[in-house]
Amino acid sequence: MSQTTGTLLSPPPVTGGSRRKGRLPRWAAWAVFGTALVLVAGIGLPAGLALALVVLFTGVLGTLALYVLSRVTENRRTATDRLVTCVVVGAFALAMVPLLSLVYEVVSRGIGRLDGEFFNSSLVGVIGEGGGAYHAIFGTLIITGLTALISVPIGLLTAIYLVEYGSGRLKKVITFLVDVMTGIPSIVAGLFAYALFAIFFGPGVRLGIAGAVALSVLMTPVFVRSAEEVLKLVPNELREAAYALGVPKWRTVVKIVLPTAVAGLGTGVTLAVARVIGETAPLLVTVGITNATNLNPFDGRMATLPVYAFYQLTQPGVPPEFAIDRAWTAALLLIALVMALNVVARLISRFFAPTTGR
Amino acid sequence: MAKRIDISDLNIYYGDFRAVADVTVSIEPRSVTALIGPSGCGKSTFLRSINRMHEVLPGARVEGKVSMDGQDLYGPDVDPVDVRRQIGMVFQRPNPFPTMSIYDNVAAGIRLNARKMKKSDLDALVERSLQGANLWREVRDRLNRPASGLSGGQQQRLCIARAIAVEPDVLLMDEPASALDPISTLAIEDLMTEMKERFTIVIVTHNMQQAARVSEQTGFFNLSAAGQPGRLIEFNSTEKIFSNPDEKATEDYISGRFG
Ligand SMILES: Nc1ncnc2c1ncn2[C@@H]1O[C@H](COP(=O)(O)OP(=O)(O)OP(=O)(O)O)[C@@H](O)[C@H]1O
Ligand SMILES: [Mg+2]
Repeated sequence: MSQTTGTLLSPPPVTGGSRRKGRLPRWAAWAVFGTALVLVAGIGLPAGLALALVVLFTGVLGTLALYVLSRVTENRRTATDRLVTCVVVGAFALAMVPLLSLVYEVVSRGIGRLDGEFFNSSLVGVIGEGGGAYHAIFGTLIITGLTALISVPIGLLTAIYLVEYGSGRLKKVITFLVDVMTGIPSIVAGLFAYALFAIFFGPGVRLGIAGAVALSVLMTPVFVRSAEEVLKLVPNELREAAYALGVPKWRTVVKIVLPTAVAGLGTGVTLAVARVIGETAPLLVTVGITNATNLNPFDGRMATLPVYAFYQLTQPGVPPEFAIDRAWTAALLLIALVMALNVVARLISRFFAPTTGR
Repeated sequence: MAKRIDISDLNIYYGDFRAVADVTVSIEPRSVTALIGPSGCGKSTFLRSINRMHEVLPGARVEGKVSMDGQDLYGPDVDPVDVRRQIGMVFQRPNPFPTMSIYDNVAAGIRLNARKMKKSDLDALVERSLQGANLWREVRDRLNRPASGLSGGQQQRLCIARAIAVEPDVLLMDEPASALDPISTLAIEDLMTEMKERFTIVIVTHNMQQAARVSEQTGFFNLSAAGQPGRLIEFNSTEKIFSNPDEKATEDYISGRFG
């Protein structure tokens, strides 16, 4: 018995070399990859190898070289460790490539028009140079604001029903429908809202509020899901503590459950908004586009950033480059908005989270 | 105002599982009643059925009769919320409201029920309740700090203060001292002795000395085998239970010759 314990506790036997063999210095990995880079670039570049391939080959060559080097000078376990580390880092780098190149592309092309005029003026009377997206920025803010105004109460109440009150078949059906709604293609949501408003206002209707309704169809299920998760996280003991004080159920939900979950709910709202703020297709069919500033969502076409970018790109006019620049800047602005919303979500969950430290 | 509780033929279920069977007992007002018994025999379940907390769990139900001063607590026109206002409860694990300050936790019973009270009266009530739970000296200069910053034992005393702040007629305590140090335990035992003038107190405890020290009546719960319902084996005066119990099982349990 004690023998077994002894073996278990002692370090696993080392194969492929004694443990006394040296360890590679910390800079060894860098040196190996540096050498690989010099080699590949030295041979490849004159032969007309693309830069991306140089990087790729360097990674592969460096990984193999490091593995072999480690096998020879260190032991097998360390060598395997180094190999896996290289593969993991490589996979991570590969995953970052599209993200970084996208951000780089959008920033480098969009930064040029990120000027005062872009924020201050609309497209009225603009042919060619200049012009801005003032109308589209406010259009996006108004329509997403309205969307949140519609979705948050509906979504929150649905989540409260599902977590606090629902049981049996109705709860299952609602959960299922919410799941189905999460998968609705955005153009379908747009067509739904268009058809709905066309009943009342006739065909060809274009209204900001119709866009908000379309986006709500997309946002509500997302928010229901996250709110449900957050409400489930509120410990049952807190509800019981309130019940034991003779607090009715609805008051317990309003005064105990929601305040405890407020941080998570705030995060859920911002992330759900971020999910819909860049939607283009539903707004294309419900809100359309306009060159002038229209801040009234109940009266005719409005401009929004995604649709604005779409039209600037697809119908740039002559000469096209100015409109295309504006499209990139609008895209940059959208990304910045989504990023800002994510930061806001983090701040919310940091500042509103109940301190749980014991 | 202490009140008397009469229970007859009480069966308590979790779905199809009968956790407690055929309990008939009377709990005297102005006294401390202790419930003892091995883990899993249904003491908490029984306690929670007295103030209708049992039924908040899905599928949980109760058969039988529980009445307080003659009023049927499970009557068709009785609102469980009203029952819980009159019968307070302290749970096995401390559960202060994490979003609220210490002060707000104690005032929670008043505030959450939207009862109007002058600020000065509320201040006095909070102080009185915290003193009653032997917590006042430790927290008086940080009443507005979050309750989650207290130690486990302090949190439990905060929960006791919260429960007595609403002045219930009956106070149910489920192992209130299992997380406390001897000094706080003693303080809570003193508190019970003092409170029994005003409340009817029922306490679940695994600590025999505690049951012997604080209670007038003691009930012994047991279950014959795993999966069987727990039953009230013996209910007698504490003195008798600990010196000369009627049942052999009680004696075995108390003297540690159990199982
Ligand atoms: N929520 C629940 N759902 C189903 N069964 C439960 C639930 N809570 C308790 N039970 C069961 O009911 C029985 C009694 O449990 P209870 O919590 O009342 O025991 P207890 O006497 O308080 O034990 P302890 O001394 O460990 O606190 C046990 O068999 C337990 O498994
Ligand atoms: Mg228990």
